[in-house]
Amino acid sequence: MTKTFAQLGFPGRLIAVEGLDGSGKSTQIYLLKRWLELQGLKVFFSEWNSSQLVKSATSKGKKQALLTPTTFSLIHATDFADRYERQLVPLVRAGYVVLCDRYVFTAFARDTVRGCPPEWVRKLYGFAAHPDLTFFFKAHLEISLQRILVGRPELKFFEAGMDLKLSTDPEESFRIFQGRLLEQYLAMSTEFNFHMVDANQSIEVQQSLVREVVASRIHLGSYVDTGLTTQL
Amino acid sequence: MKRTTVKARRKPATKVLEPKRAKHSFYGHGLPGVDPDSLLGKLIVVEGADGSGRSSQIARLVQCLEGRGHATIQVGLKRSTLVREELERAQEGNILSHTTMSLFYATDFADQLENVIVPALRAGFMVLADRYIYTLMARDLVRGADERWLKNLYGMALVPDAVFYLKVSPELLVQRNFAKNHALDYWESGMDLGLSRDMFDSFLKYQEMMIAQFERLRRVYDFDIVDGSRSMEEINADLQRNIEAVLLGE
Repeated sequence: MTKTFAQLGFPGRLIAVEGLDGSGKSTQIYLLKRWLELQGLKVFFSEWNSSQLVKSATSKGKKQALLTPTTFSLIHATDFADRYERQLVPLVRAGYVVLCDRYVFTAFARDTVRGCPPEWVRKLYGFAAHPDLTFFFKAHLEISLQRILVGRPELKFFEAGMDLKLSTDPEESFRIFQGRLLEQYLAMSTEFNFHMVDANQSIEVQQSLVREVVASRIHLGSYVDTGLTTQL
Repeated sequence: MKRTTVKARRKPATKVLEPKRAKHSFYGHGLPGVDPDSLLGKLIVVEGADGSGRSSQIARLVQCLEGRGHATIQVGLKRSTLVREELERAQEGNILSHTTMSLFYATDFADQLENVIVPALRAGFMVLADRYIYTLMARDLVRGADERWLKNLYGMALVPDAVFYLKVSPELLVQRNFAKNHALDYWESGMDLGLSRDMFDSFLKYQEMMIAQFERLRRVYDFDIVDGSRSMEEINADLQRNIEAVLLGE
């Protein structure tokens, strides 16, 4: 069983948000970040697929449609490992509250939908500790789809899951792809202790809930200045 | 006697041996969408440190196989379209930590496996790999990687039809590297491990550790250890004999 950062005895904590594109999770984690920062806490925010060096390879692979399910999975794992080893772990060890927009569960869902063996993917990320708290933002599929499809003239190839050849129409492909991702996420929600948030509610209602849960699960006072403790 | 020679020279052999088909398999989960039974060609791997004679042996094998009518293709580490440049940049700066480096190499390997090795084998080519997953695993193991994690990672790899590991003592490797480049390579000396501040000492220690890992891996992955201290011709004759057996399905 993979341990959380708290279980590893590290002073900091890691909170992740997961959900489909368009579920509003990025907005929520941004508001959470602002709330924590304004309390004077040591906070760091990290985004999926953002390590500089790996980014160049990922975008090349995506542009030229060079990626297969296996290389797609591996290149994202490389990106994650780079951020994990160079940022996430050192910061958690230094007593930061680290906020992650997507974590390994995104890979578990996406790579599995793309046809990689689920067990292989999970073990691939076996080096990573699990978040101390994971929020899953669950909106009606149709609402998420609308948020993404409106105001975006063209869906990107991999974003729409076009490599899966689900449909020749990008929008239709995107719908099917997102539906399958949602199935995968829901199937692992109990196993990984997702804190489910009804993302059909207003931004404010969701944010109150998020703040409440964070305050009750994490002893926020410990993350001001350098007063490090390991109690949750 | 003389007449046969003359005759043979006038009429060169035209018959090309069709390799016996062997069953292919993956080490673990394999690759999504790839049926190992569709792979007609043979995958031949040559492993060994820099200076073990790997590349020269492969060049000779290519010549010999082509002369006998087999189509060949060569692959090696850090040659993928996808991440080659980025990997080189990362190595120059020594900026990535172990798991990242390991996954970056695995990506490079997977890209070539899916886009070069598998299609070539489907088309019936002899694929000659200048290093394979064993070097990658040995390097990671020396750096403290978890063996079970590596085993899962490389469960995507195809089991080769033959693997030759050219074993050369660290002392001889030093001499060969100096004869060729007059310098030791940073990574081949394991300088990132901090074994010694002296590159010469570090090289010897690191290569000793690599040999130990190869010998351990051999017990799991079953490959031939070839005495690489002999002459190029002697080694090549050995390899050719073994490949012959592979082609005949023995």
